[in-house]
Amino acid sequence: MSQLVAVKNLHVTFATKGGEVRAVRGVDLTVERGEFVAIVGESGSGKSVTVRTLVGLPGPGARVKATRLELAGQDVRGHRPRDWRRIRGRLAGLVLQDALVSLDPLRTVGAEIAEVLATHDIVNRWERAGRTIHLLDQVHVPEPERRSRQYPHQLSGGLRQRALIASAIAGEPALLIADEPTTALDVTVQAQILSLLAERRAAGQSLLLVSHDLAVVGQIADRILVMRDGQVVEQGPADRLLRAPNHPYTRQLLDAVPSASSRGRRLSTPARRGPGRTVVVRVQATLPARQPVRAGDPVLSVAGLTKRYGEHTVVRNVSFTIARGETLGLVGESGSGKSTLARIVAGLLPPDAGDVTFERTPWSAAVERRRRPLRRRLQVISQDPMSSFDPRYTVGQLIAENLDPGLTRAARVDDVTALLRRVGLEPHLRDRHPRSLSGGQRQRVAIARAVAPRPTLIVCDEPVSALDVSVQAQVLDLLADLRAADGTALLFISHDLGVVHHLADRVLVMKDGEIVEDGPVGDVFTYPRHDYTRSLLDALPDLVTDGRP
Amino acid sequence: MTVTLAGVPAESTTALDGESLHPVVRRRRPRPGPLVAGGFLLLLLVAVVRPSLLAPGDPLAADPLTVLAPPGAAHWLGTDHLGRDVWTRVVHGAGHSLTIGVAATAMAVTAGVLLGLLAGLAHRIADEGLSRSFDALSAFPMLLLALLLIAVVGPGTTSLIVAIGIATLPHHARVVRAQTLLVRRAGYVEQAVTFGLSPTRLVARHVLPNVLGPIPVLAVIGLGEAVLAASGLSFLGMGPQPPSPEWGAMLSEGRNYLQVGWWITIPPGVAITLTVVALTVLGRHWQARFDGRQSR
Repeated sequence: MSQLVAVKNLHVTFATKGGEVRAVRGVDLTVERGEFVAIVGESGSGKSVTVRTLVGLPGPGARVKATRLELAGQDVRGHRPRDWRRIRGRLAGLVLQDALVSLDPLRTVGAEIAEVLATHDIVNRWERAGRTIHLLDQVHVPEPERRSRQYPHQLSGGLRQRALIASAIAGEPALLIADEPTTALDVTVQAQILSLLAERRAAGQSLLLVSHDLAVVGQIADRILVMRDGQVVEQGPADRLLRAPNHPYTRQLLDAVPSASSRGRRLSTPARRGPGRTVVVRVQATLPARQPVRAGDPVLSVAGLTKRYGEHTVVRNVSFTIARGETLGLVGESGSGKSTLARIVAGLLPPDAGDVTFERTPWSAAVERRRRPLRRRLQVISQDPMSSFDPRYTVGQLIAENLDPGLTRAARVDDVTALLRRVGLEPHLRDRHPRSLSGGQRQRVAIARAVAPRPTLIVCDEPVSALDVSVQAQVLDLLADLRAADGTALLFISHDLGVVHHLADRVLVMKDGEIVEDGPVGDVFTYPRHDYTRSLLDALPDLVTDGRP
Repeated sequence: MTVTLAGVPAESTTALDGESLHPVVRRRRPRPGPLVAGGFLLLLLVAVVRPSLLAPGDPLAADPLTVLAPPGAAHWLGTDHLGRDVWTRVVHGAGHSLTIGVAATAMAVTAGVLLGLLAGLAHRIADEGLSRSFDALSAFPMLLLALLLIAVVGPGTTSLIVAIGIATLPHHARVVRAQTLLVRRAGYVEQAVTFGLSPTRLVARHVLPNVLGPIPVLAVIGLGEAVLAASGLSFLGMGPQPPSPEWGAMLSEGRNYLQVGWWITIPPGVAITLTVVALTVLGRHWQARFDGRQSR
């Protein structure tokens, strides 16, 4: 009876046009009262489906089978929608990734929470308003009275996530299920939400957290389950699992996390997948030697750059240079002006003040016609490759468009093949449409297209933020390989300090449109001078890495 | 023992996190609506191209001996007040009615695309001017505007086509303008700027094709509207003149005999309705498919 969740041999299959898809294949899962359990896995591992099944929401067209499926000792197999409604909110509260989607845009957050109170008859009508404010206060929403009268769009991402947690705990559920609750948030906000979850646990709440980020769950969970292809490949106490992983896949996931200690080595592990099980050859290969950074020879210099939108100054007096072959990291939270700066550097947005010089020629001040011949030497890779692809083009056409226009048709085909090979894609993908590719493959296509004209500088705007950690590892390795081979300089923009620490030579820290700190990446991240840099680093969930080979 | 969880509700919309390779259950059964509509339009096409296949008689041949004969074996849909076979006239009338609709739509779409593109690509002042004139044009009810134009140039097939063309033009122009603005700001157009493409190439390679994509679908939906407008105007005597078997004109001719011979008016009326419904159903179906393809 002390087991809150007891699942044995859970199978969830989806009937699709292409046949049955087995999303969850024989998962065993238990959560004790007061325990904090985390499920870690990559996209499509079945982790979300597993926890959603616990609240009776496995998804449309799902068939669920289990030898045992109990919530608080109650067998929920064969439950009807009405029965599930009694469980949701009361026995198990669910917090989803994107609070903007999960909260009703036409209702105040107070009304949202009050509804849970009303549905499960937690307090009487007169006490609801007071309880709502109390709940918001419990999740540390400042000025809870005012906030409870506001609509989701008036709140920041962090506050929305807090409000969502408040509504999930309003029904005083024994179990709080959080499905990627911090994925859409900045590191500092993520740290706050994680400490909030830890606080709930300290108060005796059982938690089931789903995440793709080992570092996030490693900090706060008691026990971790690693899922892959619908199965649990390894589980154990968080400490043990992170320090001494048994399963090669767990090890591969841990190795894939970029950080200070991963500099100079490959993140991705070449994996051979046999039928049924995976054989991972574990070689911690080092990255190829790079061409020297020519410090005295700037590819790009930026001086006194300022951009305003109305009253709001997005970029304020920013100056920096990138040397030939250098990788400059640019970190900052959302809204800090990183992307605006990237667009100005790429010559897509005119600055209000200041100058950009590229290859020792005026860039931001020049008219487009003068810029055009130089454009091919400065390429851009964006976070969402799909939106940068013309929806009518095939992979081959996309890459070919950025090749030298003077090439013959045959040379073009050869070049596209060579480029696809270079970024680790099969040449036959040439005729495919990006729609039918995975996220990692799409980003490879974008990279192939960017390196096609042999640029001297590539502006990478959050190129790996949308990818799973092992796919991210492969893409980062690819960028490192290309950088070593071509001596290309990179302006690498990311909110992920680990990624920047892994890849960059120097780093700029941006806050509210200003560069608050800059210097060699090791110095800045080891001895941060500015408070903001320090708070970013403190917020970073740290993987327990010692003890691992 | 394995027990199936029967009562799991299908409420959740995002079942699986992650990538497009993963299955999302999507019911896609062929629906009968578009099929029936398509079948009817095929039949209509035959009536336009080879009306004699469906009705071998002469639509203009009057037979004073069988005036106002009710539907029967000799005359499927009866005869009108001049003894002309109504079935034959409805079949042959398809050519008249549809030609006007198609020509008017073609005109409206062509002019609408050109003006809409111009507005979408031009600088703010030119765009403002063009857009306000689209607004002014569409502020008039379509039929009123067409009536006004015909009052100036006089009735007849050509003026009917021009009138409907002009009246439906602003709709197409607005859609194209909005689409152009959207595509102009799309990520892939911005990306193409970084390839060093000239503005002309940019428009030709990326803007135009993506703007024009949804146009055929809109044209089909607009065609239904144009056919309806054409029938309405010729009912008022603004289009092809009697004895031409245009559907609207037939309605008009038959309306004086409604009490003695309903069969003169009902068939052309039904023909108009079915045509408009079929075009709209098919157009919407394509639109839905197009949107689906875009969003994936």
